[in-house]
Formats: sequence, C-alpha cells, structure tokens
Amino acid sequence: MQLDSTLNAIVSDLETAFGAKPGEFRGRARVIVAPERIVEVARTLRDKHGFDMLAALSAVDYWPQREPRFHVVYEFKAVAKKLRLEIRVPLNGDEPELDSVTSVFPNANWHERELWDMFGLKIKNHPDLRRILMPEDWVGHPLRKDYPLGYEEVQFSFNFEDIDKRKPRPKD
Amino acid sequence: MSLQQVEITSEELRHLVSNRAIEGETVLLNMGPQHPSTHGVLRLLLELDGEIVVNCIPDIGFLHTGIEKNIEAKTYEKAEVMTDRLDYLNTMGNNLVYCLAVEKLVDLDVPARAQAVRVIFTELQRISSHLVWLGTAALDLAAMSVFLYCFRERERILDVMEMCSGQRMMTTYFRPGGLWRDLPPEFEDAVRGILNDFPKRIDEYEGLLTNNPIFIDRTKGIGKLSVADGIAWGVTGPSLRGSGLAYDLRKEEPYSGYEQYEFDVATADGGDVYTRYLVRMEEMRQSLRIVKQALDKLPSGPFRSNNRKFVPPPRAELGTSMEAVIHHFKLWTEGFPAPKESVYVPVESPRGELGVLLEGDGGPKPYRCYWRTPSFVNLQVLPLLSKGVFVADLVAIIGSIDIVLGDADR
Amino acid sequence: MGLEQKLGNMGIVTTTLENVVNWSRANAMWPMLFGLACCAIEMMGAQASNYDLSRFGMELMRPSPRQSDLMIVAGRVSRKMAPVLRRLYDQMPAPKWVVSMGDCASCGGVYNNYAIVQGVDEIVPVDVYVAGCPPRPEALIHGIMTLHEKVKAEKLKEWA
Repeated sequence: MQLDSTLNAIVSDLETAFGAKPGEFRGRARVIVAPERIVEVARTLRDKHGFDMLAALSAVDYWPQREPRFHVVYEFKAVAKKLRLEIRVPLNGDEPELDSVTSVFPNANWHERELWDMFGLKIKNHPDLRRILMPEDWVGHPLRKDYPLGYEEVQFSFNFEDIDKRKPRPKD
Repeated sequence: MSLQQVEITSEELRHLVSNRAIEGETVLLNMGPQHPSTHGVLRLLLELDGEIVVNCIPDIGFLHTGIEKNIEAKTYEKAEVMTDRLDYLNTMGNNLVYCLAVEKLVDLDVPARAQAVRVIFTELQRISSHLVWLGTAALDLAAMSVFLYCFRERERILDVMEMCSGQRMMTTYFRPGGLWRDLPPEFEDAVRGILNDFPKRIDEYEGLLTNNPIFIDRTKGIGKLSVADGIAWGVTGPSLRGSGLAYDLRKEEPYSGYEQYEFDVATADGGDVYTRYLVRMEEMRQSLRIVKQALDKLPSGPFRSNNRKFVPPPRAELGTSMEAVIHHFKLWTEGFPAPKESVYVPVESPRGELGVLLEGDGGPKPYRCYWRTPSFVNLQVLPLLSKGVFVADLVAIIGSIDIVLGDADR
Repeated sequence: MGLEQKLGNMGIVTTTLENVVNWSRANAMWPMLFGLACCAIEMMGAQASNYDLSRFGMELMRPSPRQSDLMIVAGRVSRKMAPVLRRLYDQMPAPKWVVSMGDCASCGGVYNNYAIVQGVDEIVPVDVYVAGCPPRPEALIHGIMTLHEKVKAEKLKEWA
C-alpha cells in the first residue's frame, strides 16, 4: 500500500535532514531514528510539519538480542492534517540512556516515567524520574523479557497441602 | 513486598511541592486511594492553602495489574479475555480495538454483518459508560437521584449484552474475524425498546441538571482547558471536544464501517466542567442515532470470517470434514502465527483515543501489546486544571475528566 | 467467657441475648466503600434501584472505616494497594467482617502474575467468598445473606 503523498514528503525530509531510515507496513509510515537526534526530530516534526500531539510512547524489549535491545516507539499525530507517523529509536545495552522530549511535548512526562519503571531506560533531563506504576521500593523492571511473569503455582488436589503450608496468611 | 507504611514526607517530593510547603505555610493533605470521590484508587497529594489547592500531585499504580505482560504469555485468541478488564466501563470497546489490531496484523477479513453488530454494541457501550459517568459525577456533586436513574437505564443495556453473550460486563463477544456467535431473535425487539425509551430518559436527566442553578454554580468556569493546552498534553475525547475542537476518531479515521452512518460530532465551546457535561449528554443522543441506523441497515450473512487458518470451525463441521478437525486442533492447541511486524490501531473510546500497539514475532503469542489508554494521558492534565481551585471544585474536575483507574494503571 | 460465668446456668438468658445481639448486628451492617475495579461497578449496581441493598439494612456505604462493619473487597488488589488494605482493615472497629467479592479478590482471578495479590485472604481474614467475574448483583446479595446467616449463628462465647 502506498503512503499518503504528504507523508512521503515528510519522511524523505527526515531522511535527508537526520539520516532516518524509512519503512512501511499496512499503510503506516515507520521511521527509524538514532537516539541522539530524537529531540531535534520531535522539534522539527512539531514546528515545521505540524505534528502537534504525541499520541503514544512505549518500548519493546528484544532480549536476548543485544543490538538493539530496545526499540522506543513514538507515535506522533498531526491533528489538523490527520496524519500519523511512528518513529522508532533503537537502544543497546542493559541500562541505556535516552533524552527526554518533555521540552517539546509536555505529555511525555508520565510516559517516560513509565519507560523508566517498566523497562529501566534512564531518561536524561526528565523533571521528575520516579516509579509510576509499581511501588516506590520495587526492585526490577517488570516489562523486560528477562523479568519472570511471577505466577503462583496452581493448587490442585494432589499438591494442596504442600502449597497451603507455604501460602502467606494474616496473623489474626 | 513488605507491609511498609504509606506516608508522605517532604523529602521524596521536595522537587514537586512549592517552597511554602517546606516552610510549613501550606498543608500537605493525602486524598488517599480509598476515597468516595476519586472514582477508583487514585491517590492525590494536595498542597493546600486553607481550602485552595496550590499543587496537586497524582499518584497512580494502585490498580496496576500487569496485563501487558500477561498478554505476552497467552495466544492471540486467549489473550482477549484479559483485554475486557482494562477499562472496565468500555469492555466491548477494548475487545473491538484488540480484534481490529489482530485483524490488521494478520490481514483477516470481517464480514459486513459482524461490522454492523460491532458498531451497535460499541455505541451501546458508549451510552452505558456515559451513564455511569453521569451517575458518579452527579453523585459527587450531591445529585443522588441521577445516580439511581442512570443505573436503572444501564440495566436495560446490560440485559441486551447478556442476551447475546451470556455475560453482563466482561463479554469477549467480538473475536478476531467477527463475533463469537450470531444474534438471538430477541435482540432486535430489545434494542428497539431501548431506542424508543432512552431519548425521553436523557431529557429527564437534562431537566434535572442542565438548568439547575446549583449545578451551574458548581461547574461553570471550573477547570478551564484550552485547545492548545489540550493538544500539547495529549488530551483526546470529550475532554478535548468540550474545549471546542471537533476531533472524533470515528470521523477522522473511520473503522468497522463507521463511514456509512450519519452522526454529528458533539462539541461545545468553553472548556470547563459544564461544557464537558453538555458534550457527553449530546454524545449519548448521537450514539442512539448511530444504533438506529445500524439496526435498520443490518445486513444478513455470516457473522465470522471463513478463513480457517485463523478462525476455528463451527462444531457441527467437525463431524463431517477432516480439514475442520485439523484446523480446530491446530488453532486450539497452538494458535495462529502472526508476522514479525507491528501495527497501531486507534479507536474512539468514551474517554478518548484508545490505541493498541501490537507486535508479532512469527509465533502464536503477541510479542508486545502496548495499550495507549486515554485515562493515563488525560489524568496528566489534572495538576494544570486544579491550580487555585477549592477542594470541592477539585472533586468536580476529576469527575469531568472521566477517568477509570483500570485504564490508567493497566 | 466472663459473661457466661457470671450468668451461671441461666441458659435461656444467654440464648435470648445471643439472638438479640446477632439479629441487630446482621440487620444493620454498614459496608465500607472499598470498590477497586470492575466488581465495584457491579457493587454500585447492587446498591442502586434494581437490586436494592438497602432492603438488607445496608442503606449507607460509609467511606470511613471507623464507621463501618463490613468490608466488601470488590476488585483486584495490587501489591501497591495491599498495605493500604491492611491498614484500613486494622482501622475498622470490632465486630468486623470481610466479604471477598469476585475472583480476583478470592484467588487472584484471571491474573496470575507479579502485580496482583493472589487472593485477599493472604492479607485479611475473609468470612465469605463470592465467585464470579464480576459476580452478578444477585450473587453478591446471596453472599451477603450467607454472611447474615453466619452472623446469626455466632455464639456468646465468641464475643463476650
């Protein structure tokens, strides 16, 4: 499926200006950008091309693959022109760092806190980097692929007593 | 996990509260997770100067369920059960967006009858979600009879859902490829009964609230959100339409056959709590209009796709066809494979833009299923709206943004 | 114990006293508003006009734990919410009862993962479990009536 012509023009502009790699799947544009340039890309998209809303910000963990280990996915939306653009930023290593886009899009604040909480991506220049969904003293980053699901063994009749002894119960 | 004390200290939030709190001039109050007006388990740390809110710091995560990680451990069809329970007032809407994402990822067709029924149920769900919003928001402002009336109407919609799928709330009625089973014969009469009675009932609620001087006093001019602020902070849905921008995903990026139906996008100028109330009341009327058109034009035909690579065959076929048995076996033991690509599908939920980023990895389980939920994003704008208001007004503002904590915490 | 020793062999007095006290406790039990997730909506539906809970004496849902007798844990309890739940239970004055409404509160429900407490009976002692996801308002009412029967069967020895 061919992309919208305005979207094609924007994607080629990003390619020439920032060395981004374009892609497409089922009619959606997807561009890969290096992590150092993401704030400039966001600013250009907002000021020059009219993408004024950051619709979604999340990450995908590709462990045990190391290069890249994470893909941070930014979904930009141009409200007036009805266009959408997905930008992916590849990150390597176990404790990667990324620049914050809160100076360009203020609503990235909580999204980036969630990236830190769930994936362990340190966001530089973030005004308030703390855990958002897990308790403050939680250890580990749950949505990483090397973090276990944490499920409890099911009590069937053959192992009922064994598990019952181990289950925590209140004292009164 | 230790049973630690949940206490507020200035140390952990020193960078967020103003200097007056640290000097002791203002009071730090915890509007805790268990509170009658916070619409779920939301914790707000309020910095108060008397009764006026100087700073409001939301603390979410008390309903975090790990749904995204749990979906990664199940196959595509089985994971749908988890999706109802995210935004528990818009259960069929969650099912719809998940099914649309799976269908887009594996390129599965949906017959016209299934699309029309999906539209009918999504709009009925929108009405039922707005009824709960109206009931609880009015209850916060001490209009208790509206709460009882709204839940009475909601029972009729829940009866229709139970008639078709067996469950009142967590239906999982939409499946990838269409619906779980065809509509029963009593469906049309029940929905026509709803279409006849509801407009009068909505008039009744408007009669109670819209021109009520107490309601107007408590809601006009409170919590003003401008369009530019709304877009910068990612606010979507009735909260943005209440500020004057007519942006509705059902018109801008139509899905599931919405382009065939005529309806207006409810908008109001002003950006305060009162206009958001007007927008949602008008949306209920427009939803009734869409349901009427979809029901009149309901096409006959199959209710689920015939593509046996993704859709299990009906049980009657298992006795006669060998391929049906093989497909049934493969689909229920292993599931269907999806390509190693990702899609993002946005729909218009009663709260705003609900989107799913679904990434496959060639196998039968989703590799990553990210939910862009409207409540998570809309809640960020609460500190901005609540600077300088009374605590009682804060309650009205939380009600008007219409958050559901299952949506925000996932 | 003390009351029984003082009254000695006056069996009739103790049984009538039991009946009166249990009857008054069961018929005016005030639930605490503890709706967490989807089950809370069904609990609100049970309180509303179609399935009225006020006819069982639960006219008011008190948000304050100091003024309520019954905690209906409606919804999934996450690890972050668990200390709050225990603290609220401790703040309720005796006699108090707990109804675990729904599958997530009874056993962890659909979610068997790192974030959800697998059954609220790991934290507070539960009197009645109501199954369902979410349980119909009629199921919740059945659970509450079972609790009333349990309260009416309590003996003097347990609370005197």
